[in-house]
Amino acid sequence: MSGPAGVLVVGASAAGLATAEALRRKGYTGDLTLLGDEPHVPYDRPPLSKQVLAGAWQPERAHLRTREVLDALDARLVLGDEAVSLDVANRTVHTAAGRALSADAVVLATGVRPRTLPGQEGLRGVHVLRSLDDALALRGDLLATRRLLVVGDGVLGAEIAATARGLGVEVVLTGPQAAPLAAQLGPLVSGLLAELHAENGVKLRLGAGVDELTAADGRVTGARLSTGEVLEADLVVVALGAVPCTGWLEDSGLVLGNGVVCDSRCRAADGVYAAGDVARWHHERFGSLLRLENRTNATEQAGAVAANILGADQPYTPIPYFWTDQFDAKLQIHGVLAPDAQVSVVEGDPAARRFVARYDRHGQPTGVLGWNMPKQARLHRQQHLAAPTTGGTA
Amino acid sequence: MKITVDEDKCCGAGSCVLAAPDVFDQRDEDGVVVLLDAEPAEHLRTAVREAADVCPAAAIALSEA
Ligand SMILES: Cc1cc2nc3c(=O)[nH]c(=O)nc-3n(C[C@H](O)[C@H](O)[C@H](O)COP(=O)(O)OP(=O)(O)OC[C@H]3O[C@@H](n4cnc5c(N)ncnc54)[C@H](O)[C@@H]3O)c2cc1C
Ligand code: SF4
Repeated sequence: MSGPAGVLVVGASAAGLATAEALRRKGYTGDLTLLGDEPHVPYDRPPLSKQVLAGAWQPERAHLRTREVLDALDARLVLGDEAVSLDVANRTVHTAAGRALSADAVVLATGVRPRTLPGQEGLRGVHVLRSLDDALALRGDLLATRRLLVVGDGVLGAEIAATARGLGVEVVLTGPQAAPLAAQLGPLVSGLLAELHAENGVKLRLGAGVDELTAADGRVTGARLSTGEVLEADLVVVALGAVPCTGWLEDSGLVLGNGVVCDSRCRAADGVYAAGDVARWHHERFGSLLRLENRTNATEQAGAVAANILGADQPYTPIPYFWTDQFDAKLQIHGVLAPDAQVSVVEGDPAARRFVARYDRHGQPTGVLGWNMPKQARLHRQQHLAAPTTGGTA
Repeated sequence: MKITVDEDKCCGAGSCVLAAPDVFDQRDEDGVVVLLDAEPAEHLRTAVREAADVCPAAAIALSEA
């Protein structure tokens, strides 16, 4: 098998590990190094807001692979050391501990970090949720609290609200949209989600953004909304989206703009690629730059990067996909659900909370959503979304 | 090659079915993975390896026997 003499992957999580695995699966036998700043072996993030936060899983269950499987990968795993700069011409990464790691191909898979509110740092009782350590810290505090305020009405905020409610905590969910995930899912489905949360005792204070957190003696006491209203809480989780971890690349000369900007091959420069949440690449069929923050993209994009490192020269043109679990609802979202799309229920019944909806735009299906119908949603995806249309919004 | 699946981890993505439809299916009721063939023939193994690697829940484990 042809290919570079050495590959260095920065970021030892979903996309980083998947790059290494895909390289080996495709027959690459050269040197392979995986560098990550966290002390943990690669673990999965989706369970953090679900099983791990709920306490249903011990943290080890979220590990992506067993020790044996990791060993069989025959990769050097450098953990607990942070990349601080990249020399693109020499493809050399310098680390906080003083290492200089060089390779013929470098893959950037450093993911994203949570956005925060001004003044949040250093305030006790305020959490974000991105890492395993975040999840354990939040769980610890949740068990000792009465009132939780979740700031953010996106997928992460809604999941945290649902899980915390399951732990018996009083939960208020706040955010600027009319219903949780309204921008992603449109009025019909987000309306159903709002109902589901309300039924399960989550208090929804939607339609107004948070201006600032309120605090006393260095500890958070709640948040002030743009309307002036103050919501009181013992504990606050800020889930306002995330920003790509590209700070360490600022002097590299790479094009950065809401992620590492790449061509359609996920290539940022000669021999430098990006995969996962941090990558913003040119999706040829959509005809635009796209950055996805979901779990399947991390592995699929890693597979595309591995193939291109080994000489495939193929564009990466996935059908986006994510899922979310909230209370008893398991949602699967394939494709693009434009907010102005026409939504029709194509199987099942929303009243029974088991259905598949198709999202059409200009008479063309662009997305499929399943509510407690994962298999059926996947079948509709195969039927309707085989070829994503050019020029669709994303 | 022997395949085991952890139903409890499966999130119903169906990526495994897309990668190796001869080996994996999903339950109609809840989308959880169904293993059609725990010891797949030689010619299916590349697809099975891919299915295991792309599973977003790390729910598929392989052992070489
Ligand atoms: C709580 C939570 C729940 C989620 N639930 C779902 C879900 O239900 N469905 C879904 O589809 N997606 C979900 N996601 C999204 C999914 O987890 C991400 O899309 C996926 O983890 C992206 O993988 P990644 O490898 O690109 O980035 P990450 O998983 O963020 O990994 C990047 C790694 O790089 C490390 N790193 C950063 N900077 C450096 C540096 N300078 N040097 C070395 N290492 C560095 C980071 O510490 C991290 O370990 C969830 C995410 C979170 C946080
Ligand atoms: S890919 Fe993994 S999570 Fe998805 S259905 Fe198959 S086993 Fe389950």
